[in-house]
Amino acid sequence: MSEPHSGPLLSLRDLTVEFATRDGTVPVLDRLSIDLDAGATLGLVGESGCGKSMTALAIMGLVPSPPGRFAGGSILFADEDLTRASDAHLRDIRGNSISMIFQEPMTSLNPVYTIGEQIAEVLRRHQDLGRRAAWERAVELLDSVSIPLPGRRAHDYPHQLSGGMRQRVMIAIALACRPRILIADEPTTALDVTVQAQIFDLLQALREETGTAIILITHDMGVVAEMTERVVVMYAGRMVEEGPVRDILSEPHHPYTRGLIASVPHLHAEVSDEPEDLLEIPGIVPSLAEFGQERCLFAPRCPRVSDRCRSEQPLLRGSGGWHKAACWHPEAGPA
Amino acid sequence: MATDSAAVLDGDRLEVAKARHPLAEAAGMFFRNHTAVAGLVTLAIIVVGSLVGPYVYTVDPYEMVWAPFSEPGADGFVFGTDYLGRDLFAGVVNGGRVTLAVGLSAALLSVFIGVSIGALSGYYRGWVEEALMRITEFFQVLPTLLFSMVLVALFGASLAMVTFAIGIVSWTAVARVTRSEFLRLREMEYVTSSRSSGARDLGLMLIVILPNALPPIVVQAALMVGSAILFEAGLSFLGLSDPNVVSWGQIIGSNRPYILDAGWTVALPGFFIFVTVLAISLVGDGLNDALNPKLRER
Repeated sequence: MSEPHSGPLLSLRDLTVEFATRDGTVPVLDRLSIDLDAGATLGLVGESGCGKSMTALAIMGLVPSPPGRFAGGSILFADEDLTRASDAHLRDIRGNSISMIFQEPMTSLNPVYTIGEQIAEVLRRHQDLGRRAAWERAVELLDSVSIPLPGRRAHDYPHQLSGGMRQRVMIAIALACRPRILIADEPTTALDVTVQAQIFDLLQALREETGTAIILITHDMGVVAEMTERVVVMYAGRMVEEGPVRDILSEPHHPYTRGLIASVPHLHAEVSDEPEDLLEIPGIVPSLAEFGQERCLFAPRCPRVSDRCRSEQPLLRGSGGWHKAACWHPEAGPA
Repeated sequence: MATDSAAVLDGDRLEVAKARHPLAEAAGMFFRNHTAVAGLVTLAIIVVGSLVGPYVYTVDPYEMVWAPFSEPGADGFVFGTDYLGRDLFAGVVNGGRVTLAVGLSAALLSVFIGVSIGALSGYYRGWVEEALMRITEFFQVLPTLLFSMVLVALFGASLAMVTFAIGIVSWTAVARVTRSEFLRLREMEYVTSSRSSGARDLGLMLIVILPNALPPIVVQAALMVGSAILFEAGLSFLGLSDPNVVSWGQIIGSNRPYILDAGWTVALPGFFIFVTVLAISLVGDGLNDALNPKLRER
């Protein structure tokens, strides 16, 4: 495990990304500051449309433009600001130092090439390997993500593989160049639960082996508890809570975090026990037009809302240690 | 009972087909389509005939060998003779090559222009797309035949110029098809995925997106060959073809004044053009059925 204070590997500083909409520009990422240490695991949690995936795309330098653009702040990767880096330099970093796996393993592989070709492609791009060497390495990588008969499977087309297999291939592609950071954007949402567990085990094992830092984007608090050391909860483009995973799960401060945790079903020791009611968070994520307003954007859905929430934006405040939340009325006590 | 087992067999074959390369699957689909295969066979006969024919039937198509306007079958000339007493069969045998070559190269040229413009505008969007699509629209609203006539009239009726004139006016459909495919495919996750692994724009366009966009482009290109042949015939009919090179269209064009007295001199090469274009259309339709996943369900 990495020591704190050793200078983060990746550091988002007040990162703001704006989208041009019909009603003017809105910040889809609003002064976001996140640190990631080498070899660490970070969970990025929130509902759809909260800016999780946008954060990932921003780090990769892939914010769709138009309508998006960097409007402020910086992304420091090994002390270099990626928001100012040239395209050519970003291409060198992508897939090499920072890589990403996507939600849909069904559509993330190109249907017209074999999986071996697709892994070899990345290797040849970044590692100056010849055709032959890249292919051999691709087969090794397939083996390392536990694909049986890798030598034969490398000749398969994506449609011949199951969803779990395809996600393994995606992981093999992402880890081909031993990146320092792997961003996994809901890597198991489209997979069966048993396959999910396998993929997470695989990611954990590969992390221990390669020392790659992982940013795991998800809306599933259970996954976060399983996989990560630190959690950032996002809402409407802002960070609303941040802290070590244990603190956040045991004692969430922000009502939104509480809602997320309460909406995950728990297994009970006794099947005959009366199941707890699943709590849902009422309402929906605000529309883009409301992003960036100087108030608490969660207020309309919050059980503890007050007038102050509607008129003033809460800033991140710590309650000691690394645990911080942006709420005027943080809750204390266990979830 | 027999139909049942056939259905099961068909089902099995489908299962097998699933494990093959998408192209192999499409080829299987194509060869089960009888009209398409008929078109392909006809086309193959015409192509082989045009390539080999001149070596088998060695009469010079430019030489006056008999009296003019000898009817087909008379005097030992299968297709008769034209207004200068040239052997029409020799003309048809030799003209096929040129006609096919012009059709093919004009189609290639228009596919090249169309794919380039469509790919760039669909991939980059924004002002690139705006500019390129305005250019495309400009070429779309030009009266194509008139524009190519002007080109040929200005720069001379050489074979290359005719080919260029046809290609330059007929790429807009390819550009639109390519653009729409690129617009659709650029949003696919595997494109984002390739981009996130460091692919450059050119690589994304040519290696990642283009192979996936090919099916409708191939269909369009196949049909384009047919329409380019018709176009060449049209230009020739108006007298705008290289008078020194015999092609089916050129035969029609040069015999046009005598169409009422010696109809066969126009009808025979016209029939070959008709059959060729029909065969190409059948092949194009077959390709469309085989490559278009929506039609594949039928």
